[in-house]
Amino acid sequence: MDIFYPIKIFADWLIYNLFSLVKGGILGEALNFFIYDTIKIFLLLAVIVFAVSYIRTYLVPERVKKFLSRKFEFLGNMIAATIGIFTPFCSCSAVPLFIGFVESGVPLGVTFSYLIAAPLINEVAAALLWGLFGWKIAVIYIASGWIISVIAGFILGKMHLEKYVEDYVYKIKVSQNLRLKKKTQKERVKEAYEEAKSIIKRVFPYVLIGIGIGAFIHGYAPENLLTSIAGENNLFAVPIAVLIGVPLYSNAAGVIPIVSSLIEKGLPLGTALAFMMAVVALSLPEIIILRRVLKTKLLILYVAIVTLGIIFTGYLFNWIL
Amino acid sequence: MKIKILGMGCSNCLELEKRAKEAVKQLGIKAEFEKVTDITKIMEYGVMSTPALVINKKVVLSGKVPAVEDLKKLMK
Repeated sequence: MDIFYPIKIFADWLIYNLFSLVKGGILGEALNFFIYDTIKIFLLLAVIVFAVSYIRTYLVPERVKKFLSRKFEFLGNMIAATIGIFTPFCSCSAVPLFIGFVESGVPLGVTFSYLIAAPLINEVAAALLWGLFGWKIAVIYIASGWIISVIAGFILGKMHLEKYVEDYVYKIKVSQNLRLKKKTQKERVKEAYEEAKSIIKRVFPYVLIGIGIGAFIHGYAPENLLTSIAGENNLFAVPIAVLIGVPLYSNAAGVIPIVSSLIEKGLPLGTALAFMMAVVALSLPEIIILRRVLKTKLLILYVAIVTLGIIFTGYLFNWIL
Repeated sequence: MKIKILGMGCSNCLELEKRAKEAVKQLGIKAEFEKVTDITKIMEYGVMSTPALVINKKVVLSGKVPAVEDLKKLMK
C-alpha cells in the first residue's frame, strides 16, 4: 500500500474534477504531477527535517569534538561520518568547525570524514529523493554518501597531511570556558520545530520552482531527450556530470526535482545521483573558504578524493540499478 | 549592553546582525554593536559554529539565527 495514495486521489480530484481538465492531456498531466509532488514533498520535508533537527539538538559540535578527540581510527571515521549525516553545513561554519576539531586533537582524517559527510548527506536532499524516487533511492544516497565520507577521510588520515594545514591553525587557542546549558525536552522540541520551520521556509520556493520546471519537462520534453548524449553508452557521462556539478552552488532543493524529471528522458539514475551529490557536496564558495585553513595541496587532494568517490558511486549505480 | 556578532561574514551573520539590531530597537535599550570577523578572535570564545552572539562577554548562542522575539528574550 502506497502511503501517498490519498495525495494522488486529491490531485486527481482537483485537476480532473474541479478544474475539469482532460485526463491524459499534456496540461492536465503536468499540473497533476505538480500538485501531487508538491504536497508529497512538503509532507516528507516537514517530517524528516523536524526529526533530524530534533536529533541535532543532541549533537552540538562543541560536545561532538570532545567525543571524537579520543583518537580511534576507522571507527572514529565511521562515527564522524554518522554525526555528519545529522549536522547541517553552512560554508560559513566550515572554518571554525575545522579549527575547533583540529585544536582539540581530533585526528585530521576523522575531521575530514565529518567535513565531507556534513554537506554531502543532507536531510533536505534525502526527503526530496524519497518523495521523487522512493525510499530505496534515499537510503542508497545516504549509505553511499556515508561510505564515501568514511573511506575518503580514512585515506586522507593515512596520508599524514598535518603539515598541509595552515600553520596558524595549530597556534589558535580555543577557549574551553564555553558552558552549554542542558536543554529540556520541551526546549528541544521547540528548537527542532523552529529550525524545521526556517529550513522549509528557505528551501520551499526552490522546491516549487524545481518541481515546476520538472513538471514542464515531464509534460513537454521529448522522451529519450538525453538517451543519446548522456545514456548508459556514454562512458564519460558520469565524470562530466560530476565536473559540472562540483562548482555549481545551488541548493539541492531546486536541482533534485529537475534532475528527477530528466531521468524519465533517458538520464541514467547513477549519473543523476552523482550529479546531485556533486552539487551538494562541493561548491566553489566552500572550497574558497576552506583555503583559509588548508594549504592548496591538501585542498586539491580533498576535492579530488571526494570527486572521485562520487564518480565511482555514479558508475556503481549505473551498473547495479 | 555590549553586543558582539561573531562570524566571518556569511549571509547568516548579516541576518543575525540585522535581527539583533531590530530586537534592540524594539526593546528600546542602548546597545553597542561590534562585529568580530577575525577567525582567531572568534575561536577565543570557544564557539565552533557561526554566527554566534556575545552579550557582555558571554556567548549566548551559536550556529543559528533565531527570530527577533527569541533574541529579545536573550537580551533581557
